[in-house]
Amino acid sequence: MLSAGPTPRTPLSQWDFTLTGVDGATAKWTWDELQALPRQTVTKDIHCVTKWSKLDTVWEGVSVDMLIAEAAKRGVATAPFIVAHSDGGYTTNMPLEDVTVGKAWIAFGYDGKPLDPEHGGPARLLVPHLYFWKSAKWVRGLTLRDDDEPGFWESNGYHLYGDPWREQRYWGD
Amino acid sequence: MAGTAVLGRLTWLVAEVAETVTETPHVRTLVLDVPGWAGHRAGQHVDVRLTAEDGYQAERSYSVASAPEDPPALTVERLEDGEVSPYLVDDVVPGDRFELRGPIGGYFVWDADAREDPLLLVAGGSGVVPLMAMLRHRQRTGSNVPARLVYSARTLDDVIYRNELDTLAARGDALEVVYTFTREPPPGWTGYARRVDMDLLREAAVPPQENPRVFVCGPTSFVEAVADNLVVLGHRPGRVRTERFGGS
Amino acid sequence: MTRLDGNSIAGVLEGIFGRDLTVALGVCGGCGAERQVGALHVYRAAGIVVRCPDCHMVLMRVVETPQRTWIDLQGMASLQIAAG
Repeated sequence: MLSAGPTPRTPLSQWDFTLTGVDGATAKWTWDELQALPRQTVTKDIHCVTKWSKLDTVWEGVSVDMLIAEAAKRGVATAPFIVAHSDGGYTTNMPLEDVTVGKAWIAFGYDGKPLDPEHGGPARLLVPHLYFWKSAKWVRGLTLRDDDEPGFWESNGYHLYGDPWREQRYWGD
Repeated sequence: MAGTAVLGRLTWLVAEVAETVTETPHVRTLVLDVPGWAGHRAGQHVDVRLTAEDGYQAERSYSVASAPEDPPALTVERLEDGEVSPYLVDDVVPGDRFELRGPIGGYFVWDADAREDPLLLVAGGSGVVPLMAMLRHRQRTGSNVPARLVYSARTLDDVIYRNELDTLAARGDALEVVYTFTREPPPGWTGYARRVDMDLLREAAVPPQENPRVFVCGPTSFVEAVADNLVVLGHRPGRVRTERFGGS
Repeated sequence: MTRLDGNSIAGVLEGIFGRDLTVALGVCGGCGAERQVGALHVYRAAGIVVRCPDCHMVLMRVVETPQRTWIDLQGMASLQIAAG
């Protein structure tokens, strides 16, 4: 099982998730506040860039749509792109439309159990239609941007978008 | 991944299995014939690459088990969900070939040179492999620098190179081998039967005042715990070299 | 645990630099710790990540593709490679 760094261990009492707008406006949820939001259980195939796929994985989480909508009520305007930030410094980027309209979740349950730290818990971004490096483990926030800023791997050879169906693994694919 | 770009001098050679030796129920040694082999130093490893009929490639690293004075040999432990090790331990027969590059690595090596520094080797399971290359090199060069191997294995049946280690230790040339068993000691065993902890190292390891060169090899958690304990006991971090083994 | 050390990427680095790099002395750009590359922490994710054992700063990233190899050394303040 692959990780870019040591497993972060943020206590839930200190954990929060922040949506940040282009002008710096923020909307923040504590762990309890996130848990209180309506959640979904989804079954998805995930595609790792190292050529394997795992079918019918079951996740539980809050849809990013819901968080974006809640954030809009608190004055956080949308923008065309996002960067996901994680504990430990990992980042990954994608267009906003790839995490909305039912395509992405902040997932905290896997296979009927709380997501364990080694697999990205307490919560990770889940974007199953893109290569799995985009599903940032240990996610702590999304920042909305006017430009598509390359994240940790995208700035080092990996494809900016990462569509498994077009095998977009690396720059130039 | 298929066909990575090779930018430097390290090239893939073809290794042919000359002989296989069953070491334990889970472990086998492959003695290899590698045209173009440049020779190795004790502690180095090789990268092995297997290519399936559909072109899929898998690469793994294995420590060279043999002394530099002998042909290259790899000792491989079969891992439960391994992709490569089951093939190398169960399927490969003399005459089979695979790609190999190396020898690789200058950090975790011991040369039997003129220096008389004592040698402390701490092995966790199959981490004994590169350390065995060092002990074989020590024996082949006639070195009698004081050496101690602390070897942690689950059971006696899991001890790799058991007979050879006992023979080497019986030569009376300042080599001592200390075993500890973490799952089940043999009947009548009066030695250590627990994980390598601080107390065990304090008692059994070469003391820091003798300024040994230390090599620790095994799974990551084993290596990190042992190395930390050795430093707490007074060994200088620069004298403790580590090699962490992964799975598969 | 998913962590290994610089020894585990010795072959990859030798393929890039044309020489063994595990004995090269690296200085962490984050905390200044000086270590041989063989002693650095290595993680394998979508690519290879090399981190400082003290402060966990990313010292190197390596991505190998069929056409090219990417190497990012931003976090490494310096690398000292002996001659010969």
